[in-house]
Amino acid sequence: MSGSGVAAPAPARAGLETMTYREALRLAMRQEMERDERVFVMGEEVGLFDGSYKVTAGLLEEFGPDRVRDTPISEEGFVGAGVGAAMLGERPIVEVMTLNFLLVAMDQVVNHAAKIGAMFGGEVRCPLVIRTPNGAGNQLTAQHSQSFDGWFAGTPGLKVVAPANPADAKGLLKAAIRDDDPVLVIENLPIYKEKGEVDLDPELLTPIGRAAVAREGSDLTVVSHSFATVRALRVAEKLAAEHGVSAEVIDLRSLRPLDVETVAASVAKTNRVLCVEEGWPSYGVTAELAARIQRACFDDLDAPVERVGMAEVPLPYAKELELAAMPNEDRIERAALAVLDLAPAL
Amino acid sequence: MAVIDRTDSPVDLDVGDLYDQYRMMFLIRRFEEAAERQYKAARIGGYCHLSSGQEAATVGAVSALQPDDLLVTGYRSHGFALARGVPADAVMAELFGRAHGCAHGRGGSMHLLDVSRGYYGGWGIVAGQLPIATGMALSLVRRGAEQAVLCELGDGAVNMGAWHESLNLAGVWDLPIVFFVVNNLYGMGTSVERASAEPDIFKRAGAYRMEGERVDGDDLEEVEAATARLLRAAREDRRPAVLEAVTYRYRGHSVADAGLAYRTREEIEEHRSADPLARTREILESRGVPPEGIDAIEAEVEAEVEAAVAFAERDEAPAVDRLAAGMYAPGSEGQFERMRPGSPFGEAELVFAGGLGA
Repeated sequence: MSGSGVAAPAPARAGLETMTYREALRLAMRQEMERDERVFVMGEEVGLFDGSYKVTAGLLEEFGPDRVRDTPISEEGFVGAGVGAAMLGERPIVEVMTLNFLLVAMDQVVNHAAKIGAMFGGEVRCPLVIRTPNGAGNQLTAQHSQSFDGWFAGTPGLKVVAPANPADAKGLLKAAIRDDDPVLVIENLPIYKEKGEVDLDPELLTPIGRAAVAREGSDLTVVSHSFATVRALRVAEKLAAEHGVSAEVIDLRSLRPLDVETVAASVAKTNRVLCVEEGWPSYGVTAELAARIQRACFDDLDAPVERVGMAEVPLPYAKELELAAMPNEDRIERAALAVLDLAPAL
Repeated sequence: MAVIDRTDSPVDLDVGDLYDQYRMMFLIRRFEEAAERQYKAARIGGYCHLSSGQEAATVGAVSALQPDDLLVTGYRSHGFALARGVPADAVMAELFGRAHGCAHGRGGSMHLLDVSRGYYGGWGIVAGQLPIATGMALSLVRRGAEQAVLCELGDGAVNMGAWHESLNLAGVWDLPIVFFVVNNLYGMGTSVERASAEPDIFKRAGAYRMEGERVDGDDLEEVEAATARLLRAAREDRRPAVLEAVTYRYRGHSVADAGLAYRTREEIEEHRSADPLARTREILESRGVPPEGIDAIEAEVEAEVEAAVAFAERDEAPAVDRLAAGMYAPGSEGQFERMRPGSPFGEAELVFAGGLGA
């Protein structure tokens, strides 16, 4: 990854290990903290409590309270403190308990962190990482079940990544920590327990701004990120088994920068595209995708670009209501069949 | 004008320093008057917040900084930039939105900055600079540096959540920061009495078990002595503090505000009659500086301000093809190269590679 051109000894291949998404994030932080003294973690309950979702478990013991810094419940304060520390060259990883609470610190993210590179003409950078989970699905209700990925990805000056599997959780978080700009790493509550193979090589990063073809196919392109990719892959298997449809799944991985090239190449092949996200689709990531796809792929499309997201209501508590609101696999499948003209459009 | 740096906190000032400080106060006054004229002539755009009347607070506090201390301020920032040693040419050129402005024409009146002098802005959201300054103080602690952050804010900022959160973090973490409240009695047009349940702002420090102190913000020597003492405690003992300097702004909130809807002409005149420049000049004269010597520096300053306006008038516009310069770090071009297909009209032409240099 280094562009320095300095010959470095090839690192020994450390091998592959199966682990959860949360363990992969922890591995990334541990490796980067070992590598670079400037890296430190701060946030609510990251230390003594071992992390609200146990992502930072054990790091306090290993690195001490200066580098694993518990904060009061004070998002605007400690996110802003991360901005200031980053401006002086630290590499803070600020954990925010959920994306919903990042709204309390919106001023620091959008009005401050995102502006520093441009306002200082490049003289000062802000190498800040904010880690936070989005998502719904555990009856957490209206104030704790949201995905504002598009709000942040629509802000020039920020970079936004959203890994969908443990390998990319490790690779993208490491890339974010080494990046010289503010990077929002969007995690996801249901995805923390997902397992996958992770390359332990500390120099293996997932590049920012590169989507992945998570599953190859020829009849339909499904574009997604974060937990929606997990759902899309399950739907793709079902489409193959039950309808003989070959769906290609593009996992965006980065939302800003957005790898439209990979999406467009897939659409040129399949001529049909469905975009899926966990959040509300209006003005969302899928809205942006649809706009870019219609312009980049106008002559390739055999059907209108379709979208699936969360029902546009504040999430209710009752399990049946919540399920009905989620971009669940049934809805993704029905939308896919509609794009393929195999089912009526809704 | 070089940065005024002092190595210890004075009980009294020798005339040499006071002479330089008076010169700086006078420069700020004349600079603001010129900025107002240029704004009204439509050569300066955006918002333009003047600090006439607040010169003793500004110069007194900045004089107490060590060269490697850091300064962060709100948007009424012209005086702070000048006092920290940013040349008047570069400040005026910034107000004109020119290439050689101290923020490369990116910031204007609210976002002056000069990293080489430890001045990290010039921020436009009330109290938004407080968490950032707090994080800078945290960074100083992490690297074991014996430096401090002076974070300026107005009286209007103390009712924002960021004020509370920043003071709490500074207190919990023992950070080397002094929150310098310039209380000019009004947040825009709302008086401190109407806005604050506890208008004695310095007392609020007690809620964080932090030292809080109020000084006459129009008394240069008092401001400098208090700032120096609190900065030293921050640097050496990691004791954060609140320093409230009570002063008065002669002009409106910004040039667009006549400043008379919420206060009387009599009130303004009353404050003008105790002008900090006149008070400081009196001290100089009482310590034996001849009036003609003071008149000479005033003439010099007026020429300096005229030259700054002339510099800004002839300075070039920032290059349009560098519209996005510095926005993202070098190396980001490769990350964004695959975003081009289907991008909105013109977006693909933006180049954010490379900075604008110091």
